[in-house]
Amino acid sequence: MTEQSSQNRFVSQPRRVREDRRFVAGKGRFVADIDIPGTLHVAFVAGTYAAARIESIDTSAALDMPGVVDIVTGDQLAAEIAPLMNGLDTPKVRRYPLAVGDVRYAGEWVCAVVAESREQAEDAADLVRVRYAKRDFVLDAEEALTREAPVVHPDHGSNVLLDKTFVWGGVEEDFDRSDEKLSLRVTWGRNSTVPIETFGVVAKWDPWERILDVWASIQMPKYADQIARALGLPGNGVRVHYDVDVGGSYGVKRGIKHTVLAGFFARRLGRPIRLIEDRIENMRAGDAHGPERIFDIDVAFNRDGTVRSMKMRALDNAGAYAGRAPFQLGKPIGAIVGPYRINSVQYHALSVTTNKTVEEAVRGFGQSPTNYAIETMMDRVAAHLGMDRLELRRRNLIRKEQFPYLIPSGTTYDSGDYHTVIDKVLLHADYDALVAERDRLRAEGQCAGIGIAACLEPSGGNSSFEPLLNEKNRTSTWMESVRINVDATGAVIVAIHTTSAGQGHETLAATVVGERLQIDPDAIRIVRPDSLESLPGNSPVGSRMAIMLGGAAARAADTLRAQILQIASHVSGIAEEKLTYREAAVHGPDGVVMDWAEIVDVTHRRFHDLPEGMSPGLSAQHILQVPTGTALPKDGKVQMYPCFSFEFHLVLIAFDPILAKPEIRRYVIGHDCGTVINPHIVRGMTLGGIAHGIGAALLEEFAYDDDGQLQTQSFLDYLMPSSHEVPNVEIVHHCTPSPHTEFGQKGSGESGYLGAPAAISGAIHDAIASRGITLDKLPIRMSAISDAIAAADAVQKKGIDV
Amino acid sequence: MKVELKVNGRASEVDVEPRKSLLDCLRDDLDLKATHAGCEHGVCGACTVIIDGQAVRSCLVLAVQGDGLDIRTAEGLTDCAGELDIVQDAFCDTHGLQCGYCTSGMILAAHALLLENQAPTQDDIRDAISGNICRCTGYGQIIEAVELAADRLRQRNARPDEALSAERGMA
Amino acid sequence: MLAHDPEARVLAGGQTLMPMLAMRLSRPSMLVDITRLDELRGIDVASDGVAVGAATVQAHALRSSDIASEVPLLAKALPNVGHPPTRARGTIGGSIAHGDPSAEIALVAALLQAEIVFREGDNDVSFKAEEFFIGPMVTMAPMGGCLTRVVFPKRPEGRVGTGFQEVASRRSDYAFASAAAQVVLDDDGECLSLCIGVGSVGDFPVRCDVDAAGSRLTDDEVRGIVEDALTDLETVEDLHATAAYRRRAAAELARRVVREARDEALEGSK
Repeated sequence: MTEQSSQNRFVSQPRRVREDRRFVAGKGRFVADIDIPGTLHVAFVAGTYAAARIESIDTSAALDMPGVVDIVTGDQLAAEIAPLMNGLDTPKVRRYPLAVGDVRYAGEWVCAVVAESREQAEDAADLVRVRYAKRDFVLDAEEALTREAPVVHPDHGSNVLLDKTFVWGGVEEDFDRSDEKLSLRVTWGRNSTVPIETFGVVAKWDPWERILDVWASIQMPKYADQIARALGLPGNGVRVHYDVDVGGSYGVKRGIKHTVLAGFFARRLGRPIRLIEDRIENMRAGDAHGPERIFDIDVAFNRDGTVRSMKMRALDNAGAYAGRAPFQLGKPIGAIVGPYRINSVQYHALSVTTNKTVEEAVRGFGQSPTNYAIETMMDRVAAHLGMDRLELRRRNLIRKEQFPYLIPSGTTYDSGDYHTVIDKVLLHADYDALVAERDRLRAEGQCAGIGIAACLEPSGGNSSFEPLLNEKNRTSTWMESVRINVDATGAVIVAIHTTSAGQGHETLAATVVGERLQIDPDAIRIVRPDSLESLPGNSPVGSRMAIMLGGAAARAADTLRAQILQIASHVSGIAEEKLTYREAAVHGPDGVVMDWAEIVDVTHRRFHDLPEGMSPGLSAQHILQVPTGTALPKDGKVQMYPCFSFEFHLVLIAFDPILAKPEIRRYVIGHDCGTVINPHIVRGMTLGGIAHGIGAALLEEFAYDDDGQLQTQSFLDYLMPSSHEVPNVEIVHHCTPSPHTEFGQKGSGESGYLGAPAAISGAIHDAIASRGITLDKLPIRMSAISDAIAAADAVQKKGIDV
Repeated sequence: MKVELKVNGRASEVDVEPRKSLLDCLRDDLDLKATHAGCEHGVCGACTVIIDGQAVRSCLVLAVQGDGLDIRTAEGLTDCAGELDIVQDAFCDTHGLQCGYCTSGMILAAHALLLENQAPTQDDIRDAISGNICRCTGYGQIIEAVELAADRLRQRNARPDEALSAERGMA
Repeated sequence: MLAHDPEARVLAGGQTLMPMLAMRLSRPSMLVDITRLDELRGIDVASDGVAVGAATVQAHALRSSDIASEVPLLAKALPNVGHPPTRARGTIGGSIAHGDPSAEIALVAALLQAEIVFREGDNDVSFKAEEFFIGPMVTMAPMGGCLTRVVFPKRPEGRVGTGFQEVASRRSDYAFASAAAQVVLDDDGECLSLCIGVGSVGDFPVRCDVDAAGSRLTDDEVRGIVEDALTDLETVEDLHATAAYRRRAAAELARRVVREARDEALEGSK
């Protein structure tokens, strides 16, 4: 950390978010807004069964329909493109944009129909006749592990994609030496981020330039490379336009299969192709479901509350294909003990294929389910010992003076002050009064409970989990880049090399460069070159952009400042050490040596005044490596992300024991993401994350029926929180700067979501604890609560009667 | 089928298939892209427009049913390029959005509320936007934006369709 | 037109039919838009009841002072119907004709024994609401007929109170259970008549027979009355709520709405 936030002019100030202007005016430019004359539209024939052999496909009637240009089946497509990339070393789990040979989940795309309009394509898709031979299918992850289970990819030999056990530290010794042990199982239901904009892509092939132009609603690392590889094009034959606004993503807007298909048709037909999912295509086969995970935990602890060791098995239901999603078992390794001092850990990561929709990256990349498991474990330990839940946590939390803190799995946490954050939240909430309020509600006959969750947000995304889970993968860098250019009029242009989905990257880059160059951020122009003009980057995943884009922007600006000082020294003859840069000018001992206009004049017009060897123009760039992420894993240990934000949730929930509709009476979150670059943005991320977590805890699930059909494929059944369900949330700020970043910033893009499900589940359990009930699967539905209470009350009544 | 649509005070004749939704017609035939498709089955509210002063989902209205109605989209909130009206400006002040996809619908739902109710309570606001799903913000900063806009309108004794932002340009 | 084409459908506010069209779940040969037929819109208070035109939008009915004073139970139910933007287009008749078991307007119609009137050719055909709803999205609607109006009985004489409550995982969703009640008390606070209706839990809304005349409707009495009334209630199960839950919730809501109606009647706005 080189600067204190109090000295900042623009960083940490509640300045407007510059992107907002175009969006409130309805002038965002989303992929569906891109109209290219002559564009053709794609619609799909969706598979009917959870698993079936495709015996024949008759497209003749469909091809005769008005406007239809082309229909392609999976077999035809597979003959002309390479399979999509797998993250793990599972080459026999082949995946194409369309089903090849077999349908492996209900709704999988079997055929793509291209027509002059989307309506015509849909009309024709209705007339494609597919004959299937049904196969046995498997939906449940545990069943998929058994010998008898149908194998989703027979060539792969089993349903197991990943089966890796890590032992960090003396687990068995710690278990032997602990006073107490307990086991628990919790299940994270299949939900996702479900952005309001579905995935969309427009692709256009120029046969003379031999280049594929792509406009897409993406948030995907190495997107252009993957498209090129699948289509057999050189990397520089794909040009991805990053100046497309993305209508929400939070992880899932990956769109490789969609883009490969659109690119394939664009080349084949010589016309622009537009593929915008409709909502049902998106829900069933957008391949954007999130983790579905069963945790089995054994925990060893002492009677004084010290948690010594944990054995965790995480079984992930990846759906029908591998993709990148199983890595979501890897990232949590970097915070596998949460904010606690747990001496040793055994972690068994298991991922299996089933006949469900494919899993994709979701906000937190596996951290939110893991946090839910850890926090539920802590509540159970407290209950077992009859200890206050807060006290148990306080005893186990890493103390401020213990940072930097190395956890058993090889990651060092940068900084934190967890006890203070918790104290501030309890003070703000008046915890004693909150407890009194809970007890008052109980006395009225309501079920009332307080939930707490203390969670980490690992941030600064690198990809260390890739080589950790797949030794053939040697990736150790996950860079991000910024280029600054000052033109001949003195205006500043900053290039960022990614799409954005509401994270405010333009504001971030402008604020940081403005801070460092001490010029008004609003006077800075932000541009997004296309992928061919871009410096290397890895997109806004892993809660990384404040750290990585912010860091690259600051360092590029610092390079520029150094260049300016060098020029000023050369021109004025004053030694560089005696010069300072401030207020966009160079100051010497006797005042301004060189103002902005002169700096620009020298660099753009007066080559004769430049120091020897310096290039003309005023331009700098920085390609930033993830701080601390410099080495491959060793002995199953690795430094995962560099920075660790902390959040502490405190929630009061009440409900009627019969209707059992959980009403959130109070929600306070303590949040420490180091130095905040834009308070509006961080606040929005936190509130939005909590809303998303409320959905995961209570409402949202991709549920399947016994035939393997998705039951929640529209917004009538997949229930996202509305303004009625999200309460007012009070945020208590704390700032523990990170030593690894330019301003002390950490990540906050996943915040809220990482702890809300754990806290809400905890509150519900506190409300029903007197009845001895646990509800260990998310989402916790109202009827499940009510039915469990009724059953417990019936047993109790019977006991009394007897 | 020919139909005359009056959108943002301008009448245009369009020739559409009877099955085409007003949403698709606004976007495809009138090139008004501020209105967004979210679920296309009437739940998410991204396609909200104002018809005869009330917030309505344009995916649930056929274009041919729009004949003669007074339809307003986000493009019609201000007259002049670069201007923001008082509700839009309030959304900028509180950062009542992130990705911007639901924003047009949200702002129009807020307009419809403020046309009817100049002093909405927080419950009124929650109810008015409850049919508009926002996946980014958790609604807090949206509710603050509507409260702020209502305040400013009352101070100026103006209706939401009359009041432009006093703060031009980037604040 | 409707009479000649069995595949034709009436399009009113479109808040239910349009999503089905968009998902290609319904594929009518023809849509007949009735929203602009003036004779199908409006609220008429006559001596025998309040006739609400089928194409009257819900938002209009919600603002109507005639509905508020003459059909107070409907006025109480309407804010629970969808969201402001769906009420701005959705119609009273559309909700009735669709026959969704969780529809609030249908529950009120069933409870109040409203008359549902269709135009079939040149004739009016009418149904008692209780008999009109026969299954989930299945009604007695005559093929080729068009719903023209729903006639709600006027508020009875005496000290009238109403109650309406429902429960869903999100406030505006299809309810898991809903209940409505209308009570008339005499000047001493004794019950002259009580009707209870329950929706959302089974295949269609039901009106429960209750004999509570002479009761003072104490909380204990309400408990017994509701238990008796719901003895034969059939409940269905789905992903979101079990049948057992629906039954318990219906009973709880029924108790609440009777108490709410009683208290309102006792407050005695005559």
